[in-house]
Amino acid sequence: MAEKIKIAQYWGAGCGGCDVALLDIDAKILDVHAIAEVVFWPIGFDGKIKDIEAMPDKSITVSFYNGAIRNSENEHIAKLLRQKSVIMISFGSCACYGGTPGLANVTNRKEIYETVYKNTQSTDNPNFVVPQTHTKVKEGELELPEFYDTVKTLDEVVDVDYFMPGCPPTTNLIAMAVDAVAQHVTKGTPLPPKGTMIASDKTLCDECKRERVEKGRRIEKIYQAYEIKPDPKKCLLDQGIICIGPATRAGCGAMCPNAQMPCRGCMGPTKGVMEQGASMLSALSSLLNITDAESKMSEDQIMTLMMQVKDPLGTFYAFTLPKSALKRAVTERGRRKAVN
Amino acid sequence: MSTEAAHHGSPTASEGEKAFDPKLLVFCCNWCSYAGADLAGVSRLQMPPYFRVIRVMCSARVDPEFVLRAFERGADGVLVAGCHPADCHYIGGNYRTRRRIALLKMLIQQFGFDPERLKLEWVSAGEGEKFQKTIVEFTNTVKELGPSPYRGGV
Repeated sequence: MAEKIKIAQYWGAGCGGCDVALLDIDAKILDVHAIAEVVFWPIGFDGKIKDIEAMPDKSITVSFYNGAIRNSENEHIAKLLRQKSVIMISFGSCACYGGTPGLANVTNRKEIYETVYKNTQSTDNPNFVVPQTHTKVKEGELELPEFYDTVKTLDEVVDVDYFMPGCPPTTNLIAMAVDAVAQHVTKGTPLPPKGTMIASDKTLCDECKRERVEKGRRIEKIYQAYEIKPDPKKCLLDQGIICIGPATRAGCGAMCPNAQMPCRGCMGPTKGVMEQGASMLSALSSLLNITDAESKMSEDQIMTLMMQVKDPLGTFYAFTLPKSALKRAVTERGRRKAVN
Repeated sequence: MSTEAAHHGSPTASEGEKAFDPKLLVFCCNWCSYAGADLAGVSRLQMPPYFRVIRVMCSARVDPEFVLRAFERGADGVLVAGCHPADCHYIGGNYRTRRRIALLKMLIQQFGFDPERLKLEWVSAGEGEKFQKTIVEFTNTVKELGPSPYRGGV
């Protein structure tokens, strides 16, 4: 090959796991090296944003963007990489659905600042000094990115070509994406259609090796994962452990359930479903046992039954809150007098 | 919540005492509650006109996503009406519904909504008056709560 293609990888609001995941593809990384030159990768080496700004538009072939949009810098670089890249890949659960940082949408900037810069036990900040976007010092003006109230997904701020969910995306999915790009660059094989989710279209249960009850599935009681020692062969949900598998996209090989841990839903909703949380809420409610005494049960008893689910929002939206119907928590303005 | 957008479209303090016309969405099951609503209508029972009815085959057809979407699109309250326990046309649809609504109430509370914005009621085909009473009470409850905090988007 005459000239290597250029790739970039950036982290927004993420943990860095996605950056490392790219290296997990072992020897396949040599395929990447054979065709590509990495031009920007903050976790890997020193790079300057102004160098990227100086590049002509569309001169980067692929940008892998991981992490959610938490502040103005995340958004700026997402827009910059979009402008400079032919293909923009939303890499990992945070970029695709908001991920764990997205759970911050139950609160807001003010409360986060109060917790982090004032109320934590180890904080000594009597003047409540919090980050400012602009600060004047005698040497000049200092700038910090603006911290947003609400965490957004990558596709809410820029146009995205492909989505790779997972926390982080598994090696088989990364290898699939690398292969697709390599084949396209070396042999001219067409790329998948825009908007493709680089994962499976089935549900996680389809890939899970655990045995599940096929007919008349019912659970008596919901357990937290630490409360019981689950049977290693049987479906975790059948044993009363909340496993988000039925509402989750496959593609990861069901690694967590196969390692005795319930699925938490990092691959996001299945094909055609928008709301992973509502989907799981529905599935779980339908699984709870119904007895002959059901018609005599009061609504309060039903509430007690459902209160076995300790934290519905945190359980059902562990990775997808910013991509859910409601996106973030709101505040009631308080009851008012009835006006008739 | 400190975003200005969240307060967009909501009454200001001076308008606070003016009448607020809530937007209520009512899901009625085909076999009991819709017939009950129909009976309330043909019996000319007076009801506040702020509700829109969507007929579904069974209250269990109300996917939790429908409820969340309703709130997203600016509904101030959502009522799900189905057959009484032991009366479901599909044997046990309403048992699924009541579990889902209970869990949904917990969920919307975590999202910051007053759980009273979501209501489940059993209305049979013969209970036109109960339908009317439910609508009157629910309208009053939501009027007291004021506009949904989600109105105008976030």
